[in-house]
Amino acid sequence: MPKREDIKKVLIIGSGPIVIGQAAEFDYAGSQACLSLREEGYSVILVNSNPATIMTDDEIADKVYLDPLTVPSLKKIIKKEHPDAILPTLGGQTGLNLAVELSKDGILDELGIELLGTSLQTINEAEDREKFKDLMQELHQPIPDSKTVYDLQDGIDFAHQIDYPVIIRPAYTLGGTGGGIAHNDDEMKTILNRGLTMSPSTECLVEKSIAGFKEIEFEVMRDHHGSSIIVTGMENFDPVGIHTGDSIVFAPTQTLTDKEYQRLRDASLTIVNALKIEGGCNVQLAQDPNSEAYYVIEVNPRVSRSSALASKATGYPIAKIAAKIAVGLNLDEIMNPITQTTFAMFEPALDYVVAKIPRFAFDKFTNADRKLGTQMKATGEVMAIGSTIEESLLKAVQSLELDQQAQTDLIPTYTRNMSMGDLLEKIKTPTDYRLFEIFAAIGKGATIQQINRSTQIDMYFLSKLENIIKMQQQMTDGLLSADMVLKARKLGFNDTMIKAIHHATDDELVKLDKMEDQHLVYKMVDTCAAEFESTTPYYYSTVGNENESKPLGNSIVVIGAGPIRIGQGVEFDYATVHCVKAIQAAGYNAIIINNNPETVSTDFSISDKLYFEPLTIDSVMNIINLEQPIGVIVEFGGQTAINLTEDLTKHGVSILGTSLHGIEQTEDRHQFEDLLIDQNIAHPKGNTATNAPEALEIANKLGYPVLVRPSFVLGGKGMAVVHNDDELNEYLIPALKNSHGEPILIDQYIPGTECEVDILSDGNEVFVPGIMEHLEGAGIHSGDSIAMYPPQTLTDDQKEKIVAIATKIGKQVHAVGMMNIQFIVADEVYVIEVNPRASRTVPFMSKIVKLHLAQLATQLILGKSLAEIGLKPGLHPEPTKVYVKAPVFSFAKLPGAPTALSPEMKSTGEDIGAGDNLQEALHNALFDSYHIDTNHLSGDVLLSEFDANNASLVGQLKESGFGIQTYHEGMEWPTDLAFVLSSEDETADQKQLVANALSHQVPVFTAQDTVMGVFQPQLIK
Amino acid sequence: MKKYLTLENGDVFVGEACGDLGAEIDGELVFTTSMTGYQETLTDPSYKDQIISFTYPLIGNYGISLGTNQSDTVQAAAVIVKEMTDQVFHYQSVISLDAFLKQSKVPAISGIDTRQLTKIIRRYGTMKASLTNQPIVEKPEADRQASIIKSATLSAGDAKDVEHVVVVDFGVKDNIVKSLQRPGVDVTVVTPESTFEDIVNLHPTGVLLSNGPGDPTDYSDFVPVIQKLQDNFPLFGICLGHQLLALANGAKTYKMTFGHRGINHPVKNLITGDIYITSQNHGYAVDVDSVKDTPLEVTALEVNDQTCEGLRYPGRPVFSVQYHPEAAPGPHDATKLFDDFIEMMHVNGGVH
Repeated sequence: MPKREDIKKVLIIGSGPIVIGQAAEFDYAGSQACLSLREEGYSVILVNSNPATIMTDDEIADKVYLDPLTVPSLKKIIKKEHPDAILPTLGGQTGLNLAVELSKDGILDELGIELLGTSLQTINEAEDREKFKDLMQELHQPIPDSKTVYDLQDGIDFAHQIDYPVIIRPAYTLGGTGGGIAHNDDEMKTILNRGLTMSPSTECLVEKSIAGFKEIEFEVMRDHHGSSIIVTGMENFDPVGIHTGDSIVFAPTQTLTDKEYQRLRDASLTIVNALKIEGGCNVQLAQDPNSEAYYVIEVNPRVSRSSALASKATGYPIAKIAAKIAVGLNLDEIMNPITQTTFAMFEPALDYVVAKIPRFAFDKFTNADRKLGTQMKATGEVMAIGSTIEESLLKAVQSLELDQQAQTDLIPTYTRNMSMGDLLEKIKTPTDYRLFEIFAAIGKGATIQQINRSTQIDMYFLSKLENIIKMQQQMTDGLLSADMVLKARKLGFNDTMIKAIHHATDDELVKLDKMEDQHLVYKMVDTCAAEFESTTPYYYSTVGNENESKPLGNSIVVIGAGPIRIGQGVEFDYATVHCVKAIQAAGYNAIIINNNPETVSTDFSISDKLYFEPLTIDSVMNIINLEQPIGVIVEFGGQTAINLTEDLTKHGVSILGTSLHGIEQTEDRHQFEDLLIDQNIAHPKGNTATNAPEALEIANKLGYPVLVRPSFVLGGKGMAVVHNDDELNEYLIPALKNSHGEPILIDQYIPGTECEVDILSDGNEVFVPGIMEHLEGAGIHSGDSIAMYPPQTLTDDQKEKIVAIATKIGKQVHAVGMMNIQFIVADEVYVIEVNPRASRTVPFMSKIVKLHLAQLATQLILGKSLAEIGLKPGLHPEPTKVYVKAPVFSFAKLPGAPTALSPEMKSTGEDIGAGDNLQEALHNALFDSYHIDTNHLSGDVLLSEFDANNASLVGQLKESGFGIQTYHEGMEWPTDLAFVLSSEDETADQKQLVANALSHQVPVFTAQDTVMGVFQPQLIK
Repeated sequence: MKKYLTLENGDVFVGEACGDLGAEIDGELVFTTSMTGYQETLTDPSYKDQIISFTYPLIGNYGISLGTNQSDTVQAAAVIVKEMTDQVFHYQSVISLDAFLKQSKVPAISGIDTRQLTKIIRRYGTMKASLTNQPIVEKPEADRQASIIKSATLSAGDAKDVEHVVVVDFGVKDNIVKSLQRPGVDVTVVTPESTFEDIVNLHPTGVLLSNGPGDPTDYSDFVPVIQKLQDNFPLFGICLGHQLLALANGAKTYKMTFGHRGINHPVKNLITGDIYITSQNHGYAVDVDSVKDTPLEVTALEVNDQTCEGLRYPGRPVFSVQYHPEAAPGPHDATKLFDDFIEMMHVNGGVH
């Protein structure tokens, strides 16, 4: 069917701020879809409240609304724009839910607006568990025995009927929040009670557990005509029981016979056809490892995280094709953008293995419950491509940026003193570190049969882990031979790993490499296993004879930001993509190195060449040695890229932009302090300590409270405000251990108004796009603060001082490109931190001042002056409107994680709110962040006992018209609450208060400053 | 243990031997992009005698199961993989793929850059390949043996009295070969790199030295071969072949001022007196005077410039012409010479 001519204007609903379970993959899908529709000549209207996205760039859609994702807000836009249709299946669960609500509201019928793609009926059939069950029975597709229960006894009776273990899945919670697996009555009581409480409809599905089955996913495309294809099958390393978002996943499937594969493929296509999916769809299945039995687990009738992974794993752009299907095109009418000579109606053939490993935030939230289950906890993921299971897995491990010791040695230090028995017991509980614990167990001599009994992980995969450890042991024992090094490389060992095992110099390794026929080469990802000629600029390294990547010449390498984690989110991918655009506009070839499958930067059509590789010095240098670029840009890839600067400089690589010296002047505490003293810039007094007695002495000299943190930090990792010697001691024990010899910083804590600026500099002059003022005071990480622009309380004099200091610093370190500077405005203007790179606020400011700051900064890096790019030194004129950036937290996904706002960053995303005044801007920003409507507040405020003791807080809330209740353990949950505040997370009742608020979906605040700032009488209605 | 994969185009891949370690095999090289179903593929009769390369790098992951074979044996001649999975854990597996191949006496090779191989096949098309345990060292020899033969046609006639003409190709025209081909005559075309032994091994009953471009002295390597050939076989030289026969017997050649190019050159047979209109295309000629001191005798002259147009070795079935009796283009006047040559072979069948 040719494309629809009866529709002209299409509305796309984005997925909003990034939360665990709904992340950057929807920016990738959404941008692809918008561009795909515009390519077909449709006018695209986009709504998304997340400014840190490529999809909200002006060139992606014809009109972008950075507005709240609520029904009233969408209705307003719909009435204004009168779109002919809405495409709801690309904005994750958020987009889908909003489409359902809009349809129920009647506005779509009223205005004759059509929903494109998969129908609402289908969505309902796939997502409503009972309806899905009926459909599966009708199609004779096996699903595990299950029953929807509304009370505990009913659940226990059913569990007895089908036998434990059973899975409990609460209805209507995002990502299955609150569910779990019960093996006995006791566990059943705990989990089912929690599930029933958390489910808004007090409804849970109790289901026969098939934990231990092989978990298989198929990404399916189907068009209006009914033609359908499998883009790829994927097999989870972790068996059923762990959310696929938290599992290590391989593509294509590895352990299925052709009969099994075809049986599951048939099942997927049968279901997708019965549902009449039009677009992309994800089908999850379970294969019994010991019989032909299989079960259908679930169907996601939309583009998902798995489809982003499948797109990057195969090169087949699912979201792009799905958008074209939605406007009527069939698969045999759409060109395959990779070959450009064949059609989209084909199944990709892979000639490599893809491994995905999830990235968790437990490095920041060390106290959170690390146990993995049916509810997703990962904030991001890495992907790697290789020729063997071992190679792709180890490359993915190298990409994690988690724990240098474990990533290099594979066996974490803490397992060294554990017995094999302890380890075999420990790995029964899946956690983010289980992979490394399995390596440790193998190292201690555990057999793969023993490990399989503990974990139910298929022995095929375990035998590959065993190959890796055997190679490690072989290298430890014997001489390093050329043959052995080649074998190690085939298993994915990089130079750093080899050198950690066996003392060898780089020259020796080069010599050994030269003795073999096969080397590390680059191969193309082309969807067709080289059957047809392709020119996709998408490469990965592996061992082979032929290198397919020909150096581009006249090129600049951009280092990406790696996996999304707290403190380094999608903002850095946004900046990376803009940097590439500016490089290309300046006439150079742009090469991206990155390993995050969820993002726009790893879409091969963005750059002139994409290397999907770990961001380690080994992998990056291999590419640089081949490409011989003019230089490397590290300013946009967050701390990941900055951390490579020193090694790159040592290797003689030219760093474009601020030099290593400039970077060190701002990052090295001593050099930084010297700079500030030298320039007469006020700053909190401080010192560095490498041991506890030193630290205590410094703290007492400065006077408590003091701010403590490790040097070279990301997102305030490991920062704290401590008030006395006891607290300091408590902080120091883990901090000194994790600092790897780097000193701990101890600074005077100065209460005041926190501000930050991103500056652009050509090395001589400095441009300040705007000053952002934080609603919360110092002591709360800037990423977790509500930021206001233009500043609401600063005097002109203070602003001038800020700009003057920023200019001084920029000039002094010869900043070229971007820098982020943070201030405390108190009795005077203090500088507290400088980040020698693009920061998290770049997309937010770019969208407000309507300047592509990352692109402008790249032009400066490439040698232009401020004047040449049309920027005047000093502060950019402030707008009349007010803009607010508000943080978004994923506390509900991370039980046990600290919640009280502190110098350690906790938010996973952000949104933007705009208005004619602060009240309106806050109102708009708080919808998708704190989920509160400040124009329609009703009910009491529930405070923790600690917060209820703050008289000025209580006084202000009363003045603002709230009734106050104080929480005490075990109290009956009040029905009508405006919001909850618990600014501490130490005691059991404080933790319980937050947990209860989250499960009852009551807005929850975790800092007094936020509440005091937002609920001022003049700011709320 | 190493294994060698040698392609028809000369490319060699070295890998690890698996499957039947000893077996060596030749076959047609093809690739498949299926990521599952290696057992079905290998036992599919339509892959009979083919060497199958898998583009997916990990083959053998789930072993070999009962009831999956598509015929009672492995049909493929050999298997090429990037990695052969050694350990198998699938509950249905009765034996690993490697053991299955050993049992079926089918050789395999692993550690190959199969993507590079696929691209070679894509570029050059399906080709022949050999899987061997040693690098093909005699290959230059064997290669030359194989490569000297450019084409061969067998007589359609009665097999008993078959003549076999070996045509030494210095740039042979199709029609020379076609003019020889007839019932009772096999024709094999070989390159000038052929040694006397190479030609003897083909058991010819006559040898034709073809036409070709350029200076005959460039082929001085082949002159000694001719000297041996004329002692052993009926020999017929055309154009460049005529000049080479002269050189082989001590006569000289020279570069003509502007040569003979056309289809209207009159040539007089000095023995019969007959004059033919011939097709000619040459820039060098045999020095008539130099023939005097050789065992050869001039048999024909160009009517206009008196250049040497024909030679013979008296007492032997050895002769040559400067013109092109095969014509194409040109008059067919002299086609009878091919009949004469074949008749000579009948008569002198036992010369060697």
